[in-house]
Amino acid sequence: MFEAALFYTFSILAILAGISVITRRNAISSAVSLVASFFCLAAMYALLDAHFVAVIQILVYAGAIMVLFIFVIMVLNVREELEEGWDLTPRAIAGAGVGGVLGLTTLVALTAADGGPSAELHEGFGTIQQLGYLLFSGQYLLPFELVSALLTVAVVGAVVLAKKEL
Amino acid sequence: MESVGLFPVLAVSSILFLTGVIGVLTRRNILILLMSVELMLNAVNLSFVGFSRHLGVMDGHAMAVFVMAVAAAEAGVGLALVMLIYRNRIDVDLDDLNLLKG
Repeated sequence: MFEAALFYTFSILAILAGISVITRRNAISSAVSLVASFFCLAAMYALLDAHFVAVIQILVYAGAIMVLFIFVIMVLNVREELEEGWDLTPRAIAGAGVGGVLGLTTLVALTAADGGPSAELHEGFGTIQQLGYLLFSGQYLLPFELVSALLTVAVVGAVVLAKKEL
Repeated sequence: MESVGLFPVLAVSSILFLTGVIGVLTRRNILILLMSVELMLNAVNLSFVGFSRHLGVMDGHAMAVFVMAVAAAEAGVGLALVMLIYRNRIDVDLDDLNLLKG
């Protein structure tokens, strides 16, 4: 099955890029790995019939948000971290412990879960038209408007914080 | 396409989320910490979309769009804070930010 093979390939690439994000010492390398991970996730969204979400993923995440990150890294000119890779600092032990416990719990929960066969998709699933109906006339109208208010507040907040003198 | 099923999607999603958690807990660079948070938000988005595909309803797509909007707001304000911290302290090492410690 071609699509399933594609899905697994992009899954593995996304996970590898994700691991690369948290292991690179240089912040720019992390940012580039994160962009790679976002592109793989966009491909997975497309394979899961979420076409509009896939496009938005590339536009908003890989485009806008990552440009913001890289811009800030360039402006700050952050020096590379001096810490040595993965020695047994208390922080690393705590991180590995919490990660291990959480991973074990998730594994148990996942093996116990059985969703049954997937539903048949109706016509136009994942298109911008259907999503538009849901967002503008369905039950998500109020959250949608609240998100626009949140974005306005965030813009004002970011300007107030980052500007030297108002 | 023929669905890959729910399990692979949730497995990938949880692995990515775990990666993000470990990144947040172990890294000292505040920028990489923010990137790990983005990774976790993306993992949640993936499971929203996976459930949406599995159940055949599009509510998960709407939630994914909301999560992206919130992530954009979070990145904007978070990076503004990083700029502010850097301007005052010339460093982005989290261990040095202990002003509120008793």
